[in-house]
Amino acid sequence: MKTIVEVKSLVKKFHIGTGYFTALKGVDLVFTEGEFAGLVGPSGSGKTTLLNIIGTLDVPSEGEVVVLSKSVGKLSPKEAAQLRKEELGFIFQNYNLLPVYTVFENVEFPLLLLNMNGEDRKKRVMETLEWVGLTEKVNSRPSQLSGGECQRVAIARAMVKRPLLVLADEPTANLDAANSHNILQTMEKLNKELKTTFIFATHDEKVIGYLHRIIRLDDGKVVGDEKKDKINSPQITQINTD
Amino acid sequence: MAMMKMALRSLIGNGLKTWLNVFVLSFTFVLIIFMQGLLEGWNRQAVTDTVTWEIAGGQYWSEKYDPYDPFSIDSSAAVLPSTLKEEVEAHQIEPVLYAKGTIYPGGRMQGVLLKGIRPDQQLLALPTYLLKGDDSDVPVIMGAHMAKQANLKVNDLVTLRWRDVNGTFEAIDIRVAGIFRTTVPTVDIGQIWLPLEQLRKMTLQPNASTILITKGNIPIQKLAAWPFKDQTELTKQTVAMLQAKSKGYNVFYFIFFTMALIAIFDTQVLSIFRRQREIGTLVALGMTQKQVVTLFTLEGTMNAFLAVIIGTIWGLPLFIAFSVHGIHIPMDTSSFGIPMADKMFPYYTMKLIAGTISLIMIITALVSYLPARKIARMKPTDAIRGKAL
Repeated sequence: MKTIVEVKSLVKKFHIGTGYFTALKGVDLVFTEGEFAGLVGPSGSGKTTLLNIIGTLDVPSEGEVVVLSKSVGKLSPKEAAQLRKEELGFIFQNYNLLPVYTVFENVEFPLLLLNMNGEDRKKRVMETLEWVGLTEKVNSRPSQLSGGECQRVAIARAMVKRPLLVLADEPTANLDAANSHNILQTMEKLNKELKTTFIFATHDEKVIGYLHRIIRLDDGKVVGDEKKDKINSPQITQINTD
Repeated sequence: MAMMKMALRSLIGNGLKTWLNVFVLSFTFVLIIFMQGLLEGWNRQAVTDTVTWEIAGGQYWSEKYDPYDPFSIDSSAAVLPSTLKEEVEAHQIEPVLYAKGTIYPGGRMQGVLLKGIRPDQQLLALPTYLLKGDDSDVPVIMGAHMAKQANLKVNDLVTLRWRDVNGTFEAIDIRVAGIFRTTVPTVDIGQIWLPLEQLRKMTLQPNASTILITKGNIPIQKLAAWPFKDQTELTKQTVAMLQAKSKGYNVFYFIFFTMALIAIFDTQVLSIFRRQREIGTLVALGMTQKQVVTLFTLEGTMNAFLAVIIGTIWGLPLFIAFSVHGIHIPMDTSSFGIPMADKMFPYYTMKLIAGTISLIMIITALVSYLPARKIARMKPTDAIRGKAL
């Protein structure tokens, strides 16, 4: 299996006043292609910090993080942006959709950055919106959508460029149970069909139930790393897409 | 291209806010161009009118003539130089004689400058043909402002007193043969125009003149006793006064301009506070900080670009209407000391329009860039959570 992310003796410190706070204290992890993994732990355990470093939005203080054969600490801002643009997808707790753009425009945005031609772009956006079941909302703006729909737009935006790695930070934190299951099923389906690696940061039990690999973090350290042999996703009888 | 598309989408997506900004900017555009055009029109009109009514192609001045010394006027005339005789006879040069006098309209005493000119002259717009007549009276013409000041009407008789070259006082009744309206106060205020030969006789100065007005494009002679003043030199004062006035107007459009720029600057700064989560997202999606700055600067500049389009839509018909029909000045401007017509016709040059548009575009880009540069210092991880600023 191809290695997607390799975390070696990662330490992350943040300056606070005259001292500093250590958010990650020597983390070692490897993520391979097609994983559906989660960083699980209480608030302040270092989940989001680790996700940010893997996502090249932050840099390690010590140690090394290699994402798709590129060492995060050694990337220039331009190279990091290039990596994010081409290979990484992000899903945020608050969706972070561009409020003045329509659903179509939000999903199209990463392809505009990739300078894809208009026809291919349209085709790809519509195909991705079909995956998440939002083809009827193409002209709606985020303010006209429900939380679940917004998060599905965010998933479509993350997936539209077919990234090798998707990083999802508390993707269900603002959703009700039915929408959370719907979102997770969508992501699981995409993981299975496209072999995209998903890494979550979560403490939501619903999410944990879907994960194939659970990495437990506590106080900046990995305290557990378990893989499920059998995928046993919770079943729900009705999916509420509102 | 993609950047343009994104910026345009943000602008359109911002809806009313964008249009308010655009309207304020378009108002500034139109106002600045209009005011500049008005000044330019006034400038041109003032210079053209001064040339038409007073200067013609230029003037020879008697070396003794000093326009700033009223006490020397009576002794400033000199005999016509023989070298210019042919041009004078051909009406390519019009001699004008100046003398001081006093009129007594309604029992009041009022000092005037008497100007003698040939009734059949064609170089100035003055209606001097009204000065033609028999020897039974002395016909004079004067400007409307002068007539109003002296409370005189056409065909009124008024007593004129003057001194001849020997200092002897003389008096005669003159008849107002015509009152003309002019935008040039220097041929109107405190002046009375009468036939040249009449004034020469009255002042006992045969063949004398104070200035010689020339037709345009005639060869100019260098005469020590009659220095030549060209149009540029003679209109220098008018232009200088207009420039001084235009500085006052500059303050107004600087204020309007600043207001518009503050609006844009404010919107951009607010945008950054309001849109920091969005900015973090753009960085997460793969934009470099430089690209984000470019995007925001483009957004601001597009405001100015849209303002040019909107300003053209509503401003162009106004510009055309004003430049064709003029703007009526609803007051008596004859005492302003600067040529100013009842109607002013703005004059718009390509340089004015292109210059104003370019200036506003550049400054708009600058005020959009400055707050956008702040983005460059934002930490994307904090921006995504809305905690960067």
